[in-house]
Amino acid sequence: MAIDAPGVSPTVDRESGRFRRNVWLTWLLLFALLGVAFHGLHLDFSYVGQKLPFLLGLRLAPDGFIQGAALTILVTVCSMFFALLVALITALGRLSRNPVAFAIATFYASLFRGTPLMVQVLIIYLALPQVGVVLGAMTSGLIALSLNYGAYLAETIRSGVMAVPAGQREAARALALPRWVIAWKVVAPQALRLIIPPAGALFVSMLKDSSLVSLMGLWELNFLAQSYARATYHYMEMLIAAALIYWSMSIVFELIQFRLERRFGRGVISVGRH
Amino acid sequence: MPQEPAITQSTAPAARPLLAVERLSKWYGAVQVLRDVCLEVATHERVVICGPSGSGKSTLLRCLNGLEPHQSGRIIVDGTELTGSASALDAVRREIGMVFQSFNLFPHMTALENCTLAPIWVRKMPPAEAEELACSYLARVRLSAHSHKYPGQLSGGEQQRVAIARALCMAPKIMLFDEPTSALDPEMTQEVLDIILGLADTGMTMICVTHEMGFARRAADRVVFMDHGAIVAQGTPEQMFDSPKSERLKAFLSQILQQPAQGRLG
Repeated sequence: MAIDAPGVSPTVDRESGRFRRNVWLTWLLLFALLGVAFHGLHLDFSYVGQKLPFLLGLRLAPDGFIQGAALTILVTVCSMFFALLVALITALGRLSRNPVAFAIATFYASLFRGTPLMVQVLIIYLALPQVGVVLGAMTSGLIALSLNYGAYLAETIRSGVMAVPAGQREAARALALPRWVIAWKVVAPQALRLIIPPAGALFVSMLKDSSLVSLMGLWELNFLAQSYARATYHYMEMLIAAALIYWSMSIVFELIQFRLERRFGRGVISVGRH
Repeated sequence: MPQEPAITQSTAPAARPLLAVERLSKWYGAVQVLRDVCLEVATHERVVICGPSGSGKSTLLRCLNGLEPHQSGRIIVDGTELTGSASALDAVRREIGMVFQSFNLFPHMTALENCTLAPIWVRKMPPAEAEELACSYLARVRLSAHSHKYPGQLSGGEQQRVAIARALCMAPKIMLFDEPTSALDPEMTQEVLDIILGLADTGMTMICVTHEMGFARRAADRVVFMDHGAIVAQGTPEQMFDSPKSERLKAFLSQILQQPAQGRLG
């Protein structure tokens, strides 16, 4: 009768409780080991403490702009939004039967996936002024990140939509449901379940790639860590601090992803293994 | 309690057939899968379509509600001809309920949500009313206790019964069943067939593609035998099963009888 009833069977609950506890213990152990390894290096973190408010972006940069981790988050969240927008439109074009829409979508995806992000950033910020287009550092960064990640995300969305079985659309059409209801209520929720894990991975990677905007003189986390390291000659400490901040931000992203996965996994995945 | 559509219809014989198929032909590329199929189904009539696999019976069924386009011939459902137009498609699909071999329930919705989706978005029913309607049909397929479960938590037979309830919630004039029990083991097959038999007894007009000959004998007013995309023979279950005239039908029946474990002519 009931197969894999999510959270219904008491055995599954107990098992998953033990599973979760052991996951946490192992994480703590690995974390402690990492700490011990660095402890052996006799590092001096007093400078980090001094500079931490700047690294985190709790203080504004001399020019009054936000800096550090706050800037990293701003760049990432804005780029995520625009990348998602671009990706949705591209995925629609990719799924379209219109040859022009299809060609534009595939051309764009191929171009932006086939060239390095760094080259794209430099072309937009450094090369465009040569032909009279001058964009601000922030704008250039957002455009480059959005277009680059939009191209990858479009493919993720397309594969998610295509993976929804044809029988689902057929059943919906047989019920005389209007096209937008089929897309919104039947296809999208099932596609999202498949799209969220790879999209989450893309966004975590975008968080780290946002350090490329430092090329344009924006004082984001990685840039600050390097300059403080240079000034104090405590490279190891500063970079470890930056790495830890990046990592904590990534973990927040992962938690959001996990929540969404559970939300859209309703009726399909058993939650016992999380 | 919502009205049960089939019972409330007039019992007087309809002047025109509820469904008329005239010289229907269909090709997949160069392969012709339906050849000049003509079929008329009257209100309250129960038709079983049988035939070897690849004979075009599922394709015929899928043409009737426009899931597959046809290339020539006409399909007229309750006075509406199924042309390419979106409004005709919509009108016809509102009148026809369909049950699939692989259930095709929406896995991210509970049984109840599966049933209320179309009444809410197609019939514009208030959600509370749609739920009441859905509950009454889920009760009719004896699944009241499971209405808040997801399809993944139900057995195959239960899923197919939800699918039947989902189709009935749209109060269709015709029900199409595309091999509704082929994906089920014998025990579950019976529980689904019982539901369909019950529906047949209420006077629902239905067309059912199936290999269950015992079911055909009990439920069908008419059995249609298809082979190679054409209707080869049709008649009452007795005419068809007890004294088949067509050689191809005889061969098909003997083949079905040879499947010892299934004993489907029962």
